[in-house]
Amino acid sequence: MKKLFRLLAVCTFCMVMFAAPAGAEEAEFDEAYYGRFRGAGISINVFNWGEYISDGSDDSLDVNAAFEEVTGITVNYATFATNEELYSKLKGGGARYDVIIPSDYMIARMIREDMLEPLDFSNLPAFANIDEKYLDPEYDPGNLYSVPYTAGTVGIIYNTGSVDEPVDSWGILWDERYTGDMLMFSNSRDAFGIAEKYLGYSLNATDPNELRACAELLKGQKPLVQAYVMDEIFDKMVAGEAAIAPYYAGDYLTMSESNADLAFAIPKEGTNLFVDAICIPKGAQQKEAAEMYINFLCEGRVAADNITYIGYSTPNQAAFALLDEEIQNNPVSYPPDELLENTEPFLALDEETGRLMDQLWTEVLTTDQSYNKWLMPVFLIVAVAFSIGITIARRRRKIRDTLR
Amino acid sequence: MKLHTRLASVPYLLWVVVFTIIPLLLIIVFAFTGTDGGFTIENISAVGRYTDVIMKSIWLAAIATGVSLFLGYPLAYIISRHSARQQNVSLMLIMLPMWMSFLLRTFAWMTLLEKTGVINRLLGLAGLGPFELINTSGAVVLGMVYNYLPFMILPLHSVMVKIDASVIEAAQDLGASPLRVFFKVVLPLSMPGISSGITMVFVPAVSTFIISRMLGGGSNLMIGDLIDMQFLGNAYNPHLGSAISLVLMVIILLCMSIMNQFDDDVDVEGVLR
Amino acid sequence: MKRKSSALSRIYTAVIMAFLYMPILVLIVLSFNQNKSRGAWTGFTFDWYRKLFTNRLILGAFVNTMIVALVSSVAATLIGTAAALGIHTMNKWMKKAVRMLTYIPIMSPEIIMGVSLMLLFVFVRTELGVPLELGLLTLILSHITFNIPYVIFNVLPKLRQMDSYAYDAALDLGCNPWQAFYKVILPEIMPGITAGFLMAVTYSLDDFVISYFTAGPTSQTLPLAIWGQLRRRVSPEMNALSTIIFVVVLVLLLVSNLSSMRRERRGRKAVRL
Repeated sequence: MKKLFRLLAVCTFCMVMFAAPAGAEEAEFDEAYYGRFRGAGISINVFNWGEYISDGSDDSLDVNAAFEEVTGITVNYATFATNEELYSKLKGGGARYDVIIPSDYMIARMIREDMLEPLDFSNLPAFANIDEKYLDPEYDPGNLYSVPYTAGTVGIIYNTGSVDEPVDSWGILWDERYTGDMLMFSNSRDAFGIAEKYLGYSLNATDPNELRACAELLKGQKPLVQAYVMDEIFDKMVAGEAAIAPYYAGDYLTMSESNADLAFAIPKEGTNLFVDAICIPKGAQQKEAAEMYINFLCEGRVAADNITYIGYSTPNQAAFALLDEEIQNNPVSYPPDELLENTEPFLALDEETGRLMDQLWTEVLTTDQSYNKWLMPVFLIVAVAFSIGITIARRRRKIRDTLR
Repeated sequence: MKLHTRLASVPYLLWVVVFTIIPLLLIIVFAFTGTDGGFTIENISAVGRYTDVIMKSIWLAAIATGVSLFLGYPLAYIISRHSARQQNVSLMLIMLPMWMSFLLRTFAWMTLLEKTGVINRLLGLAGLGPFELINTSGAVVLGMVYNYLPFMILPLHSVMVKIDASVIEAAQDLGASPLRVFFKVVLPLSMPGISSGITMVFVPAVSTFIISRMLGGGSNLMIGDLIDMQFLGNAYNPHLGSAISLVLMVIILLCMSIMNQFDDDVDVEGVLR
Repeated sequence: MKRKSSALSRIYTAVIMAFLYMPILVLIVLSFNQNKSRGAWTGFTFDWYRKLFTNRLILGAFVNTMIVALVSSVAATLIGTAAALGIHTMNKWMKKAVRMLTYIPIMSPEIIMGVSLMLLFVFVRTELGVPLELGLLTLILSHITFNIPYVIFNVLPKLRQMDSYAYDAALDLGCNPWQAFYKVILPEIMPGITAGFLMAVTYSLDDFVISYFTAGPTSQTLPLAIWGQLRRRVSPEMNALSTIIFVVVLVLLLVSNLSSMRRERRGRKAVRL
């Protein structure tokens, strides 16, 4: 046991040594504020989307390591793939998280279900950096629970090598010429959002008939879809595995760095304009340290480096001012207002609609026309053959035993 | 004195009760209660909606089990006829891949099967393809066979080494054709290995959610995916998840009782050693 | 006739082995690929092996994995060995019942074990108010649960093979029960204990499904870290680490096999002399 501890000590030591260079710009941060918990052995659990923070790869800033360096607080960092997964993990109640970053509609739902802790803004001086445009949003009236982290749109990413027509409508996702060359969201809200916009409904439709119509549309799309994915899309689009996929604008920028053939379009039917914001869930045990982490993410320099890595749009004015001009003028990250005319934010659905959507989505994923017809008969035949086999085997054994 | 050693198993029995029995009972309790905590059979009847998924899981797992048996049986036989040292080496070679993370090996299959993957590129050199290999139910079956084939070979081998070569020789000397020798001697004697091999492959195959998600492209859902979705995935509902788990347990119990018909005692110990 | 069939069987064995090792080859090749994306080969590099040792996430997960595997295997070995001693002295009926209990964790699908343990931990936390968060502790408890049966099923056969009078003889010769246990029983069952322990370590190191349901944000293990990466791309460092693990295991197995071979040869020589 002692040896084990010694081994552990050596390992942590190594990690600290290696982590050291990351936080070189220490002097920039207010030691009186950030130094409060130094040496207290505090750790916070951060739960964020995958690929949603600058992590030190490709010479970027390692945000978590820098925070640990500046404050002496340990960060346990874990990732999720969809808002719904985050919700399940929180609702399940097995684990404690101190900082989470859900999207707008999920924040509204969590507020409704009393899952979030109100923030203490006197402990968040850097909140002043947030652009007024993003304050007092519909999902969190008065900004009591959340601090905007990123914003963006959903659009169609396509490979100009195999798609030579202009892309301007969600309709291309139902175009049979691209059968097997198409990826699709694997989370219900985004997938239904596309169908809703294509059919001209609101993104927050609550009419069961409208939702059913969307589900039918999505079922019709299924034979064309190669795979339902979330972040797997990065590798697949970069490698040319698929030609068309709807995804988030910011991630398109990351992909286009590795594959120049990729292009991005916001469909004319309109799309979703989302905001992801930082919150503290109920039950967090290190609320003050968590607020410190949120504040750190809002520091202009950190937010600028972070957003450059992520590729999404920043709601942080101080950070925006620090960005390269090229990024500031990028129409994908910061689209001109006329492109955003048709956009709509996601709002929290009432419980019943939410459940109906989940159920319909599972139905979409599990329809498999090619199987229904002959699966049952085959299964029955196998079962019958099995039981016949068993009786024969048994009878044989009996005969053998009696002969003996 | 005897009493004393019997007491040695008390910590274990307590452990089993707390960490195996009670959790399984919790699944049953959850399956029969609603979100308000009252008794309901709504969850169980809701599982009916997913009959397609359940059937498909059983079907894919059954194919994978059949293919594993078909591939594994000859190999187990070949190995069992070697000298003891060669047998050790062969078994070691079969076990060795399991030391590489199961997730990474399945991930490697993605690299092999993709449209721009290794296999399609090699076929492309020969002027064939590209074929749609990944994101199909065939890919899921392949992943299952790949991951669980050793679980088929090991129990088969452990039974086959026990078959005395002189029994086979005796049958041959008595004029039996190779086919007859196989059906009359080797096959009946290896029956216990077959039945435990089938269980060892079928059970993990029917309940997997990783293979179907990685190689099935998100549209080849299996029972495991449904359960995961209800607990940690997109549609949070642990009560429905428990109900589906309960159905999965029943399916597996059925499968095992069928296998038990062939052989009174599934030889788990033989497999483990 | 005989030679022909052996050539055929050699080819067959080679084909199956190729099937088993192809993905591993892919991973090893990828660990030397300059390109971060697995799509293209852009050149040979050792960079990932160097970067591996500065990757906090992977090293942290590696340490967690080792802690969980070692602690849970040691605990499982202690509890399991004691349990085997107890079971050995039980009467036939009780023995059968306890063996049935012990089969449950081995034969039930991992996903059900994981889900049910998660329900238990959440229940204990939310209903009983015990501050037990999903984390290292729950992970270790879960691993102990699925490790104990492997120990029991490895130790029980050794107890059965043991001369049942040896223990009584030791007592008659003036040993107290503890001495008798240490001097007579323990050496006899030691191979079983070691095998059970090693098996527990192996299963614990590579377990994903049960860990997936019972781990928390503070207890990422290697398989969980790999799963996190699989959603986008597996970093080549991960391939590098598993290549290292694979090579280490391969070397260990080769060494142990070679030394046993040498011992065998020496033994044969001695006989000839």
